[in-house]
Amino acid sequence: MGNAETASARGTPGNAWQDRLAEWSVYVVALLISAVFLWMLSDLALGGIEHLSWSFLLDPPQNAGRGGGIGSILVSTVLVLLIALVVALPLGWAAAVMLSEYVSSDSRFGHTVRHSLQVLAAVPSIVFGLFGNAFFSIYLGLGFSILSGGLTLACMLLPILVSTAEAGLRALPDTYRSSAMALGMSRAATVFHVLLPAAAPALITGLLLGIGRVMAETAALLFTSGYVDRMPESLLDSGRTLAMHIFDLSMNVPGGDAAAHASALVLIVALLLINLLAMKLATSWQRGKIAAE
Amino acid sequence: MNTKQPGAITSGRFMGQDDTYTLGPMQSGPACCEPQPLIEVESFSLRYGARIVLENISLNVYRGCITALIGPSGCGKTSFLSSINRLTDLIPGCRIAGGIRVDNCDIHGSDCDLRALRGKVGMVFQKPTPFPLSIHRNIELPLREHGVVRRPEVDSIVQRVLQDVGLWEEVHDRLHSPALSLSGGQQQRLCIARALALAPEILLMDEPCSALDPIASGVVEDLIRRLCGRYTIVIVTHNLAQARRIAHYAAFFWTRGDVGRLVEFGHCRQIFEAPAHELTAAYINGARG
Repeated sequence: MGNAETASARGTPGNAWQDRLAEWSVYVVALLISAVFLWMLSDLALGGIEHLSWSFLLDPPQNAGRGGGIGSILVSTVLVLLIALVVALPLGWAAAVMLSEYVSSDSRFGHTVRHSLQVLAAVPSIVFGLFGNAFFSIYLGLGFSILSGGLTLACMLLPILVSTAEAGLRALPDTYRSSAMALGMSRAATVFHVLLPAAAPALITGLLLGIGRVMAETAALLFTSGYVDRMPESLLDSGRTLAMHIFDLSMNVPGGDAAAHASALVLIVALLLINLLAMKLATSWQRGKIAAE
Repeated sequence: MNTKQPGAITSGRFMGQDDTYTLGPMQSGPACCEPQPLIEVESFSLRYGARIVLENISLNVYRGCITALIGPSGCGKTSFLSSINRLTDLIPGCRIAGGIRVDNCDIHGSDCDLRALRGKVGMVFQKPTPFPLSIHRNIELPLREHGVVRRPEVDSIVQRVLQDVGLWEEVHDRLHSPALSLSGGQQQRLCIARALALAPEILLMDEPCSALDPIASGVVEDLIRRLCGRYTIVIVTHNLAQARRIAHYAAFFWTRGDVGRLVEFGHCRQIFEAPAHELTAAYINGARG
């Protein structure tokens, strides 16, 4: 009411001027944000594209990464990623199921678990690195290895996986639960056959965020998986991930800039592809559940 | 709310686009009821925490009949309905007194097998609640849970119950497409089929037509009429005309001081034509509620 009166008192020209200003500033902000991304991408592409080739993707690095390729580094990255996901996914999703289905939302236990996950989410990754070094590398005797790196990253992934999956499960209508119960289905069967499939898009989103986090991580791996750039022969070998390789090339290796650019380009393109794939998967999944073929 | 004309829906076939259905093999119609009680409720009370929802309800539901629960919103009809298959267990702080016996077995007794009870007492909700899975899987999943796992057996049950609800003709060539792609009326009939798959004796229906358009609602109502005789049906409805059309017995609930009570229970005709209680008369004539 009051607003309408003042607006009419000011008259339309003033409003139109304000409207236009608001519209333009929104455009400018949007442009700025995409400009940052495009700038980064074009900078990487300009510096790295001539270095990029099939042999760069497949060959082992030479001369501390100045020459050769990133073959062994890609292998280490995939291994670390796999270990982190294999360990963190079942744990995270099971915790989410427990929090949303088995524990009432205002119980003390649920609060404690959720709170500790929030704290875990806020812990800087270098602290995870030091913890992983002390626990996995030294206490469990895994040394500087892909295994201890992957396990450390699994700890880091838990908060993301649990919170996305829990939110997805909670968003499901209660009618799924009550009608499953009315059909005499056990809680476990309801969770496995009805709720988890229905929450798949949320689970995929969590998975995607997790993959992104693992691929981009350096600090937590510095003291756990180490930075040996040889091809790993077992999970107990030290291995250098892509992000570590970029860090090492740009900070410690004079003349490694071109290779660093190329590696970063590979990393960004890989993340974009994974994003795209997961997005497609989630939407087609959703559509498959609602629309006829 | 109640948009349907009494008597408008009597024939078995509707020309709606996707709610057209053909009658299945079950055309027996209401074989009228032997007055043999299947559900016996004795001074049953229900409370959620400190709030008393139902107090001192006693009534019998007779085998093979349709019993309609009528009354204003919030008088505990749905709570009463879901007490019969113990769905109220889901609600925290739920406590009961008195007893409900289904087929001579105390459902709150320690020897009551909940899964068997829910197999014997099926439930259909107000809104269609298919799982976000395929049509086939919606029926297969509860069957598996009740120990029917052999593929041919599952498939034949799926076909039989879909025929029973008149859905087979409409979906037999797309059993593996998503259940949520069906229309509202079809989804509700799928939910009824899903409940029938477990071969229940009793079907509890919580306003099964109120979320559907008049045509789909007529199809479901006709289906309920055809199911009667083979199944004992307890239906909550706000649609008095519907209760009058389909039910054999009616129970009228009312709230007094926020507590749901049973005011009157009797033959449907008696409740509608010669109510014993003045509240019932007022409600039926639209003067109250």
